[in-house]
Amino acid sequence: MSFMDILVIIIPSTLLWAAPLIFTALGGTFSERSGVVNIGLEGLMVIGAFSAIVFNLTFDDALGAWTPWVSLLVAMAVGALFSLIHAVASITFRADQTVSGVAINLLAVGVSLFLVKFFYDKGQTDIIQKGFSKTDIPFLSDIPVIGELFFSNTYYTSFVAIFVAVIAWFIIYKTPFGLRLRAVGEHPMAADTMGINVTKIRYIAVVLSGALGGIGGGVYAQSISSDFGHATISGQGFMALAAMIFGKWHPLGAMGAALFFGFAQSLSIIGNSLPFLENIPNVYLLIAPYVLTILALTGFIGRADAPKASGVPYIKGSR
Amino acid sequence: MQMSNRTKNIIVPIIAVLLGILVGTIIMLITGYDPVAAFGALWNGAFGDSYFTGETIRQITPYILAGLAVAFAFRTGLFNIGVEGQLIVGWLAAVWVGVAFELPKVIHLPLAVLAGAAAGALWAFIPGLLKARFRVHEVIVTIMMNYVALHVTNYIIRSVLAESSDRTELVHQSASLRSPFFESLTDYSRLHWGIFIALICVFIMWFILEKTSRGYELKAVGFNQHASEYAGMNVKSNIIMSMVISGAFAGLAGAMEGLGTFGYAATKGGFTGVGFDGIAVALLGANGPIGIILAAILFGSLKVGALNMPLEAGVPNELVDIIIALIVFFVAASYMIRMFIDRISKKGVK
Repeated sequence: MSFMDILVIIIPSTLLWAAPLIFTALGGTFSERSGVVNIGLEGLMVIGAFSAIVFNLTFDDALGAWTPWVSLLVAMAVGALFSLIHAVASITFRADQTVSGVAINLLAVGVSLFLVKFFYDKGQTDIIQKGFSKTDIPFLSDIPVIGELFFSNTYYTSFVAIFVAVIAWFIIYKTPFGLRLRAVGEHPMAADTMGINVTKIRYIAVVLSGALGGIGGGVYAQSISSDFGHATISGQGFMALAAMIFGKWHPLGAMGAALFFGFAQSLSIIGNSLPFLENIPNVYLLIAPYVLTILALTGFIGRADAPKASGVPYIKGSR
Repeated sequence: MQMSNRTKNIIVPIIAVLLGILVGTIIMLITGYDPVAAFGALWNGAFGDSYFTGETIRQITPYILAGLAVAFAFRTGLFNIGVEGQLIVGWLAAVWVGVAFELPKVIHLPLAVLAGAAAGALWAFIPGLLKARFRVHEVIVTIMMNYVALHVTNYIIRSVLAESSDRTELVHQSASLRSPFFESLTDYSRLHWGIFIALICVFIMWFILEKTSRGYELKAVGFNQHASEYAGMNVKSNIIMSMVISGAFAGLAGAMEGLGTFGYAATKGGFTGVGFDGIAVALLGANGPIGIILAAILFGSLKVGALNMPLEAGVPNELVDIIIALIVFFVAASYMIRMFIDRISKKGVK
């Protein structure tokens, strides 16, 4: 097996596994940049995966080839709605944001499995017929070498994810909204004094994180798992959280970290078929994202510091 | 009449539970299930006969310990969300000792139980050290440690403890917490001696926090780190100590599952959930010893009773997970409930 052959296997697989992580990590970035810790990313992915699969199964006759994309929009909307619970609790009712996030995770699993049993009378949905499928991207896949490596046998969603990461970077660093978002996350009182509506910005940020987390779950369910059950989303949301931290709360950093974690995940799955990896126990690849995140936080790989006001409810008038 | 803070602290969790059950009922009404039948089935499934009661008490055991673990860290101002991971490593360590040695019961059983506690303590020591030494937030580290624990224990079980099988052998009789006496009493439920260990631990937590100077320091650090430092306390060592004790409780919860309920350790596709439910227990129990016991009883009965709901009332048992999540949510957002109580009690004055 030549090096080129290995790359042809690994790169599309990395892109596949990274896409849901990128979307969700970007969601986390918006939320935390505004000062709201979002441990609930996992739950938001669960809700996204659930609603995408249910919508897909219900409407695939009517929508045809567009089914997975429309389902993704539905997952986005439902994720955004669901994240409102976290927003209300942690912004308006000043709940401990970590606890509220834990509640979101518990609630998402409970609600979606309850509804799966209610709709289908069994613990797991059927397998969807119209998921995202591998394609060669027109024109780009004709480029020699690069086309074969990056644009053949791959998924559109991965490129949408990278594109959204660039947009997120533009929004956070190049627009007035982004400046307000960062200000609110670093020093809400100063922002408030300058006439920025802290509550409103935080609500928008949390709902954005819900929308992106929903998309992340929808992408995962429709391109990797193809159905929904209790184990569909098992840790991807926390891995996205890790990617956000490893990327130092920066959208492009989060994207890079998500790609790297996607790489580790895909290696742990296809590693057995690769010549130089078959003897390494895949446990190392499985724990790599988490260990690296801990090391990054500790400062061994460049220190990662959270936005200053992250995790602190803003109470007008208190100092 | 203005309510005192003390009464409010008792009333808020009760209202949260009632609100959780209320919303659960509304969900059942909307989806066309019969709430009366569902709650009836829930009650029968938890206390209907001696078997179910035995199972309920068995479930309460790890809940108490997981709740203690979360609560102990909370009291020192730390959020140990890694109880799940500490529980998993504790489970594995206890079973490992239970399988690997053959000793008289008086030595073997305590050794296996302590191995579980030690493994959990070690797993929590890492985030404690990183928090104290590098000021890394313990929430993120403990979350990451959960997944490391999951994958590492799976790997150890598959490649070291069990010859390419998915579970270890049963622990030796001399390391087992199983109790033929309880089993005959409760129609062969899996109720084991662990409940007494859990209750002893409740006492230990109360004793450490309320009766020792170390406990006083731990609480002081939780209230105000700077003040404790100026008062001459070693904040760093207290943070590490708090995480270690918390992890030991979590490891014990795992040992109860490994030596009592199951008698073996198996590879897991996902988390047990006990660690996260421990957060619910600690929150609802307001981090106090009595509160934790009561909350563990409530959640343990809900969890075990739920298994009977699909059989007897045709209601998915996930409804109970929804109710538990809602209770956590309402306790977390208790600001809302407190405001409401204040408004009502002020009206009473006029």
